[in-house]
Amino acid sequence: MVFRRIVKGLKKTRDKLASGLASILGSGRQLDEDLLDELEETLYTSDLGITGTEIVEEAKRAWKKKEIQDVADLKVWLHKALLERLSGCTGQVCRASEGPTVLLVAGVNGSGKTTSIAKLAHWLKRDGNKVILCASDTFRAAAVEQLTHWADKIGVDIVKQGTGADPAAVAFDAVDAAVARKADYLIVDTAGRLHTQKNLMRELEKIVTVIRKRIPDAPHETLLVLDATTGQNAIRQAAEFSEVAPVSGLILSKLDGTAKGGALFGIRRELDLPIYFVGLGEGIEDLEAFDAEGFVDGVLGDALEAEEATG
Amino acid sequence: MFQNLTDSLTKALSVFSGKKELTEENVAEGLKAVRKSLLEADVHFRVAKDFVKRVQEKAVGQQIIQSIDPGQQFVKLFHDELTELMGPEGAILPHADSGPTVLMMAGLQGSGKTTTCSKLALYYRQKKKKKPLLVAADLQRPAAVDQLEALGKQLGIDVYKEDVKSDPVTVCKNGIAHARRLGHDFVILDTAGRLHVDDKLMKELERIVEACKPTAVALVADSMLGQDAVNSAKEFHARLPLTGVILTKLDGDTRGGAAMSIKAITGVPVLFVGVGEKPDDLEAFHPDRMAGRILGMGDIVGLVEKAQEQIDEKEAARQTKKILKGSFTFDDFLKTYNMIKKMGPLKKVMGMLPGMGAALKDVDLDDKQFGRVEAMILAMTPYERQRPQVIDVQRRRRIARGSGNDLQAVHNLIKQFKQMQKMMGKMGKGGGMPPELMGAPKKGFRQGKGARPMGGPFGGGKGKSPGGGFPGAFSLRKPEMMWLERTPDQAGPDLGVVSLHAPCAGLMKHLPAMESVLDW
Ligand SMILES: Nc1nc2c(ncn2[C@@H]2O[C@H](COP(=O)(O)OP(=O)(O)OP(=O)(O)O)[C@@H](O)[C@H]2O)c(=O)[nH]1
Ligand SMILES: Nc1nc2c(ncn2[C@@H]2O[C@H](COP(=O)(O)OP(=O)(O)OP(=O)(O)O)[C@@H](O)[C@H]2O)c(=O)[nH]1
Ligand SMILES: [Mg+2]
Ligand SMILES: [Mg+2]
Repeated sequence: MVFRRIVKGLKKTRDKLASGLASILGSGRQLDEDLLDELEETLYTSDLGITGTEIVEEAKRAWKKKEIQDVADLKVWLHKALLERLSGCTGQVCRASEGPTVLLVAGVNGSGKTTSIAKLAHWLKRDGNKVILCASDTFRAAAVEQLTHWADKIGVDIVKQGTGADPAAVAFDAVDAAVARKADYLIVDTAGRLHTQKNLMRELEKIVTVIRKRIPDAPHETLLVLDATTGQNAIRQAAEFSEVAPVSGLILSKLDGTAKGGALFGIRRELDLPIYFVGLGEGIEDLEAFDAEGFVDGVLGDALEAEEATG
Repeated sequence: MFQNLTDSLTKALSVFSGKKELTEENVAEGLKAVRKSLLEADVHFRVAKDFVKRVQEKAVGQQIIQSIDPGQQFVKLFHDELTELMGPEGAILPHADSGPTVLMMAGLQGSGKTTTCSKLALYYRQKKKKKPLLVAADLQRPAAVDQLEALGKQLGIDVYKEDVKSDPVTVCKNGIAHARRLGHDFVILDTAGRLHVDDKLMKELERIVEACKPTAVALVADSMLGQDAVNSAKEFHARLPLTGVILTKLDGDTRGGAAMSIKAITGVPVLFVGVGEKPDDLEAFHPDRMAGRILGMGDIVGLVEKAQEQIDEKEAARQTKKILKGSFTFDDFLKTYNMIKKMGPLKKVMGMLPGMGAALKDVDLDDKQFGRVEAMILAMTPYERQRPQVIDVQRRRRIARGSGNDLQAVHNLIKQFKQMQKMMGKMGKGGGMPPELMGAPKKGFRQGKGARPMGGPFGGGKGKSPGGGFPGAFSLRKPEMMWLERTPDQAGPDLGVVSLHAPCAGLMKHLPAMESVLDW
């Protein structure tokens, strides 16, 4: 259950720091106004933003109507309320009906794109797919070397030119190569860019256009990599990237820290995007399919205790 | 999504009219607005709560200065307090008394350490005439050494590296020895990104500190961090003798509340801010600007500074009068535009206006496009510029030809200009914003997606919104403040580029007032 790696790996220190809801919900306390205020605070500190306020207001109403009578009820109710907001949020990366499936990966600077690509390539290769990587981050120093390192390590092909090359041209070559070599998946790495940078966002648009010249229904998925430690700005990122590229799903990286990634709830309010994967470390094994229950447990913080109790 | 704080406060604090001082009751709504604004900016819940409480205590009992909007007085109070909290201004790195100054970087993964290393090396070489050495002590992330090396090469700055099988503590020690030997007086240690909860890697940093006794340790933090910023900052602070914080990626649209959380929790000053990916995108930290940004007031201070240098106050006042009389001409338009242009790229200037940042984000507010409009106006005769109503189709054809535009563009410009004139005229007569121009949010506008305020030569790019709406909710009470009072989700008529005239002139007119708000 849950994201096992978190539980195993960094549990101790994580617990020490993360206050979680466990202290509120597990302490045999009376359900009252104070407790609900504390609940709001805890939800806020998980980056739920306005969603946290909404949920607490709903909880207060349910309490007044006696639908929630005590802390145990509240716990169940909360879990459900959070889960409902994520309904329909899981999904699987699609497969093109013929030819290579093209996955375009984008996101702001340092969010974890390149590492996520390595993890994804490893995942797909393990499932018996032929994967090719494309180094379309031609801007950042040694971005190509970084991706090359991963390609070598995983044992997949990479299509690249040097730093400074036209990223769209590299992508075009890569699509060609993927078709010629009969690859199952082509994963395109792109440079980090802030969604406020108009010219760079146009560059991303251009990459999409160029890929489509070769395979009209590609990219079959455009994955936006979000850093779980990011606050409310993640919502803007999701909205703005969706404007210029056909973003079809999210990867939430760096969930192995103490951040809860609650900005996802804010994103779900505005955009109907599935969350495919979570990143839980820097290695290629550190990727797991998104699991809404596990995620909600993580936000509520008490899952860890439960896990420990049952061993 | 982010409602301008000044907007919401003006609303919340309307209860003040006629009151003499700020009391617990009449500031309650205002406090809520401030707290909300802080939380939207990602300030940690606790930090926001404590801060608001502290300022509330100071606020209660203050006299309301009648000449100033109580909302602004209130914001000013918070702005000052936050500026103080975020201070000091321009904290500097200590330097070693003997031997090279050693600066160690630390931070979470992807926060911007390596990039910042190169920025600092360049900065200290250019500004302080130092001879820097970069030490590649991130042996963990694939190609981290290559990255630092490439940056060093690009800037002509030496990089010390060892085989990745070495150990970071050893690399740092050897790097410093290398610097001594070769006469480098400024050494920057690039370390691997790590989670604050990763005990093993945190210990490694402690060992580097012990072995190398760095002159300064900088925490590099991403300004987009959310609530978790306090957890990581607290732990890095507990483990390392932090000298300062460097905030990165402030070139985006994050409100940067994490900066406040980190400062409040650690007390460590902010040294520099990163405002781009290039080596020279490093700036000194200004607590007042950061405070404005976190509070959601726009960079008023920066704007005032810029404007003071460039704007002719008398001219500005004259323009505003003309606007309100509905009698401004294409000449006036050019004059205003030229003044604004001197302040910097249009989008940047407009973006500094409170509440405008978010609204402008979707607009291709490109000086080149503005240049097209300028060309059309310059292709008019002086007579035409003064009397837009005489520009008939024949004249329009000539203007189109003369400016290298098509006829439609000229049609649009003139249409927009007339609409603007008419609307401003109505406002000036005390009619308020004509209801038909107020416009309910147009279809397709989504709450929280930020407005797409302008059509015409600017906004039309994506063909999604019918444009319009810049002036939004103008209020007559204070015409010179109209640009402060627009609500982002209100759309109006299609005024295109011309609509910039009003806020620009309004802005200029308002400057003296703004100054007094900021200075008392
Ligand atoms: N702890 C942790 N670190 C991660 C995770 N994913 C990525 N990282 C680290 O985050 C840093 C940035 O990752 P990259 O994959 O280079 O990020 P990027 O988005 O490609 O960065 P740019 O290309 O520079 O925009 C690296 O140090 C990664 O090792 C994760 O899930 N957990
Ligand atoms: N827009 C913008 N991007 C920045 C800024 N500072 C760094 N970056 C980008 O952020 C990404 C990560 O930067 P790095 O310098 O590699 O970060 P790091 O902390 O060294 O990463 P790790 O070593 O993997 O932990 C890169 O794409 C940088 O170009 C900044 O101020 N603005
Ligand atoms: Mg990358
Ligand atoms: Mg680095």
